[in-house]
Amino acid sequence: MTVREIRDAIRSGERSAAEICRETLARIDAVNPLLNAFNTVAAERALARADAIDRDRDRHRGAPLAGVPMAIKDNICTSGLRTTASSRILEHFVPPYDATAVSRLEAAGAVVVGKTNCDEFAMGSSNETSAFGPVRNPWALDRSPGGTSGGSAAAVAAGLAPCALGSDTGGSVRQPSSLCGVVGLKPTYGRVSRYGLIAHGSSLDQIGPIARRARDVAIVLGVVAGADACDSTSAPEPVPDYEAALTGDVRGVRVGVPRALVEQGVDPDVASATTAALDVLQARGAAIVDVDLPHARYATPVYYLVSTAEASSNLARYDGVRYGFRATGADLRAMYGQTRGRGFGAEVKRRIMLGTYVLSAGYYDAYYLKAQQVRTLILRDYDRAFERVDVVAMPTSPVPAFKLGEKIADPLQMYLVDVFTVSANLTGLPAISVPCGFTPGPPRLPIGLQLTGRRFDEAMLLRLADAYERDTEWSTPLPPIPSR
Amino acid sequence: MTIVRSMLAFDMPPALTRDDAARIAALAQLDLSDDELDTLARQLGDILAYAEQVQQIDTTGVAPTASIVTRHAVDRRDELQPSLDRDTALANAPDPALGAGLFKVPRVIG
Repeated sequence: MTVREIRDAIRSGERSAAEICRETLARIDAVNPLLNAFNTVAAERALARADAIDRDRDRHRGAPLAGVPMAIKDNICTSGLRTTASSRILEHFVPPYDATAVSRLEAAGAVVVGKTNCDEFAMGSSNETSAFGPVRNPWALDRSPGGTSGGSAAAVAAGLAPCALGSDTGGSVRQPSSLCGVVGLKPTYGRVSRYGLIAHGSSLDQIGPIARRARDVAIVLGVVAGADACDSTSAPEPVPDYEAALTGDVRGVRVGVPRALVEQGVDPDVASATTAALDVLQARGAAIVDVDLPHARYATPVYYLVSTAEASSNLARYDGVRYGFRATGADLRAMYGQTRGRGFGAEVKRRIMLGTYVLSAGYYDAYYLKAQQVRTLILRDYDRAFERVDVVAMPTSPVPAFKLGEKIADPLQMYLVDVFTVSANLTGLPAISVPCGFTPGPPRLPIGLQLTGRRFDEAMLLRLADAYERDTEWSTPLPPIPSR
Repeated sequence: MTIVRSMLAFDMPPALTRDDAARIAALAQLDLSDDELDTLARQLGDILAYAEQVQQIDTTGVAPTASIVTRHAVDRRDELQPSLDRDTALANAPDPALGAGLFKVPRVIG
């Protein structure tokens, strides 16, 4: 069932929140052992919450997410519910407060069913850096679901939750959504409060919804978006009615394609599926236009210089003093070093090292400052493109789901899969991944189309995604996973 | 499929030694084994060589972008707001001194 179907069924009294919750938990129980999509399943808490909604049905009659089960990425704080960022260093951390996005979901009637597995501190592109083992792609269990919100995307794809929150620092909502065949949106920087999101790259991070339909993403975005006094970077722009934007009418919408950027290094099945998707939009009346983003090819190195610098600073707080794992050490400095050396996994340590290096005396100008200047040039490329077009289209990922173990030994090879997603984070622009086909297979693997829009124009992305869904069936099938 | 590295400029990696890696690890308060330092020296060298391509771009007179924030509306009245009580704030500490309201750490001064 979709978010809207569940909400409407509960509002009308046709179904109870408790019934929906029990079905969801049973499905998680049956399928999650195969996928490892959840770090924590909050069964008792979810059932208690669902019962409360059923008891107080009158108050939830107008609630936009009445009784809708929701999975939350495990780097988003949930009061009283363990939140680990898939790291040993936070393995037993129980937040004393809710992220703003979570409190808004719950106020809208959502039922949190569990915390989803992800790459450690949201650093990775395959979900393999999780301290609790990789998530498996529901379309092919020996393949990666993508990362870092791999658990959220796999859970939604496999029907373990109708909707999930992820977070996106360099593609972490969109890339797993693409590899798992679901819809994932990274909102404009500042659209959703980051309060309670465990910080990775503070100028890049955004929380975003993942669901099976653009309409469901629109409903959830409408709930979590908006200014928040607890996040000084959250934007005061009014939140439009995103569902009302889903008119199906895309006549005259100009879709830009950066051909020079996408003509190299893209898997042929991905290339043909995304081209065919543009034909569908064109047939609905959209105009396809060439655009040039000359600096976008530098986005990956710029991203890894900027994001690791920010991460090395953000992760300085994990010192074994106020929360989390502590190793014993003879003195304070030894305790710090041992705690961090043993508490963090290999990818997190690699990024802290890289970030510390590019910020260190003698290298700051050559790497960090230079990267920030090129970031400005990438931003200008997009500003220029948006003078001519309404959205920019390209594949979300250059490749479909790759095998677990295929890239993890070579960090640089892993970083290169982020080539099309990191620009939206560097520029703060909103971007969505929409399922647009499958590889011929076997195994048949989902392919995603990415649309990037103007600042705060999530409505345009959702309108196009929804219109595209009306002509296609890519979001409908459930993956052929065996049930226990 | 392998993503082509040939589309990326590749110079010789800046040689990063184990000593360089150890210096960075000390700055980052990370105790690492010799094996980890050797691996990281090689991997950071690879990544930095890949990142060298940004050096080729002319950025004369281009202002750096550190953050994408349009407007600030962050001031609030200087009034007391509810916040975590002390025991709650200490609840996740590895070694709290609950009665005293302190986080305990190993001895700092001899």
